[in-house]
Amino acid sequence: MSNSATLEKSAKEVPASNEVLANDVLVSLTNISKTYKKGKELVPVLTDINVKIQRGDFVALMGPSGSGKTTLLNLLGGLDNPSAGELIIAGQRIDKFSSSQLTKWRAQNVGFIFQFYNLMPVLSAEKNVELPLLLTNLTSKERKAHVAAALDLVGLADRAKHYPSELSGGQEQRVAIARALVSDPNLLLCDEPTGDLDRATADEILALMQELNQEQQKTIVMVTHDPRAADHARHTLHLDKGKLIQE
Amino acid sequence: MKYFYFIFKNLTRKKVRTSLTILSIMVAFLLFGLLRSLSAAFDGGAEIAGEDRLVTIHKVSIIQPLPQSYLAKVQALTGVEKATTANWFGGYYQEKKNQFAQFPVLADDYFDIYKDLIKLPPAQLESWKKNRVGAVVGRALVDKYHWKIGDRIPLIGMFPQKNGSTTWEFVIEGIYDAKTQGADTSAMLFHYDYFDKSRQFGEGTIGWLIIKVKDPKQSAQVAAAVDALFENSFAETKTNSEKDFAKSFAKQFGDIGLITTLILGAVFFTMLLVAGNTMAQSFRERIPEFAILKTLGFSDVTVMLMVLCESLVVCVFGGILGLMLAKFIITGAAVEFAATLPGLGMSWKIMGMGLVLVILLGFITGAAPAIQGLRLNIISALRRN
Repeated sequence: MSNSATLEKSAKEVPASNEVLANDVLVSLTNISKTYKKGKELVPVLTDINVKIQRGDFVALMGPSGSGKTTLLNLLGGLDNPSAGELIIAGQRIDKFSSSQLTKWRAQNVGFIFQFYNLMPVLSAEKNVELPLLLTNLTSKERKAHVAAALDLVGLADRAKHYPSELSGGQEQRVAIARALVSDPNLLLCDEPTGDLDRATADEILALMQELNQEQQKTIVMVTHDPRAADHARHTLHLDKGKLIQE
Repeated sequence: MKYFYFIFKNLTRKKVRTSLTILSIMVAFLLFGLLRSLSAAFDGGAEIAGEDRLVTIHKVSIIQPLPQSYLAKVQALTGVEKATTANWFGGYYQEKKNQFAQFPVLADDYFDIYKDLIKLPPAQLESWKKNRVGAVVGRALVDKYHWKIGDRIPLIGMFPQKNGSTTWEFVIEGIYDAKTQGADTSAMLFHYDYFDKSRQFGEGTIGWLIIKVKDPKQSAQVAAAVDALFENSFAETKTNSEKDFAKSFAKQFGDIGLITTLILGAVFFTMLLVAGNTMAQSFRERIPEFAILKTLGFSDVTVMLMVLCESLVVCVFGGILGLMLAKFIITGAAVEFAATLPGLGMSWKIMGMGLVLVILLGFITGAAPAIQGLRLNIISALRRN
C-alpha cells in the first residue's frame, strides 16, 4: 500500500464533523529526493518520497534524528528545493519556483511554528504577529484588526503589548502560532512546536493546534519526536534514513 | 515606512552601543565641519581674488621692501589700468591679543582697485582723504571693538615714529563694507603719506604693489613685463596673480588644505573600521532573526535594505548632529575671530559635502552586512539558532 493511499484511507475513518474533504489534495510529493553535497560526496537526505496530504489534515512527521524530517518540512515550506521529484502545493509546482517566487509564495501560503518560538525580542506580541502582514497591502488599521483577531484566537488578547521576555514559554509559542496564522495560510508547518515546553503547556499548545485543525480547517504538518504529541494528529508519517516507512 | 518601527526597535536594542557609535560619528563630522571651515577660511582670499589684479612683491620675500618709485614705472607700463601700493604695519590695539591687519595705502586708488570687493560711502572717502591721520575700518572690526566714526584709535605699531613713540593715533573717518560674500572687512586702512613721513626708518619704501590690468587675459604678459622692468635692479620683483599671492600667503601657515585632508582621511578611515565593525557585529548577532524574516516571506532585497537602513540611520543621525554642532561652534568662533580670521564660517558647500560623506559612510559601513543579509541562506542560518 502506498503512503498516499494510507493517508486517504485514514482520512475516511475520522468523525464526520472533522472530516477531511476527500480528494482535496493540498500537498502532493512525487518521487521527491534531496541530496546535499559534502565536499565531493553526494549525501542523500531524502529518497523517493511519495505523499499526498489532504486539505484540512493534521499530519505528524516522526523519525529518529537525521532521518530527514526537518529537510522534508523545509521542502514543504519552500525553504529549499528538492533535488528530484515533483512537489505540488495548492495546485502549484513549487519545485519549479525561483528563490524570489518561493519567498512570495511562502508569505501567502505557509505559516511556520518553531521549537524555540523565534519571536523578535525587540517587538511586542502584537508587533511580532503583525510582521507577516507588513508584506501585504493592508492598511495599518486593517493589520491591527487582523493581529487582534489572531491573538484572540490563541487566547492572548490581553498580552498584546507584552514583549517575549515578559511571556512564559507557552505564551511565546501561542504568539508564534498567532504569527503563523495571521496571514491565513493554507499550510501550517511546525518543527517540534512542543519540544521546549513542559508537559502541561505542551498539551495546551497541542490542543490549540488540534482546535485550529478542526475548527479553522488548517492543514498542519508537525515534526515531532514525541509520540504523545503525534497522538494529537490525524495521521503519522515515519521517516527513517530519508525514506518514508509505513504509518 | 512601515518597516521603520522595526528598524528603530532594532537600533534601540543595544542602546549603549548605538549611542557610542552615533557619538563617534558625531565627533568625526564635528571635526570635518571645523577643519573644513578653517581650511576654507584660509583659502578664502584666493577664492574671491580678482582675475584682473596682480600683486608685485620683492623677489626674495614679502618682508623685503620695494622702492616707492616703482609705482610710477609700473603705472606707465602697457596693459596696466591702475596701480597702487600697500605696506604691512603690524600693530595692535590696546593689548597684543587685539591684532588685525592694518595697511598704509593710497586713498586715491585703493578703493577703486578693490571696488568689486569692498565699498566705502563717497562722503566718508572724501573725509578720509582730507584727514592726514584719518583711517577707514572694516565692518568686522567695528562690530568687534564697537568703534564709530570720529573715534580716536591708538595702535601700538612695530614701526617707531621719528619721535621714538611706537603709538600711532588714528581717527576713524569711514567704515567700509563687503560687496562680495567672503570679502575681508577686518582691516584698518590709513594714509601711506602719514606713515611714510612719520616712521623712523624705511622712508620711501613700500611693501607691495597692487596692479589692475586692462585685460585679464593679458595678466601673464603684464606680470612678466613688471618683473622684466626691475630685472637686475637692487630690488628685483616677483609678480603673481592675486589668487596665487593669496594662496602662497596662506601657505605660510602650512598647507592647511592638505593637513586637514590628511587628518580627516585618518578620522574617516578609523570611522569606517569602527562603525563598519559595529554594524557587522550587530548583524552577526541577529542572523537567526533575519533568517526568520526570510522564512516569513521577507525578500532578500528587503532584508538587505533593512540592514542598510540601520547603518544609514546611525550615520545620518550622528553625522547631522556633528555638522550642526560644528556649525554652532564655527558661528560663535566667526564672531570671536572676525578680525584675525576673516571669512571664517561653515558654508552650505561644506554642509553639503558633509551630508554626502555621511550618506557615503552609511552605505559603506552597511554594505558588508547588507550583502550578507542578501545572501543569507535560511536553512544554514536557522541551524545556528
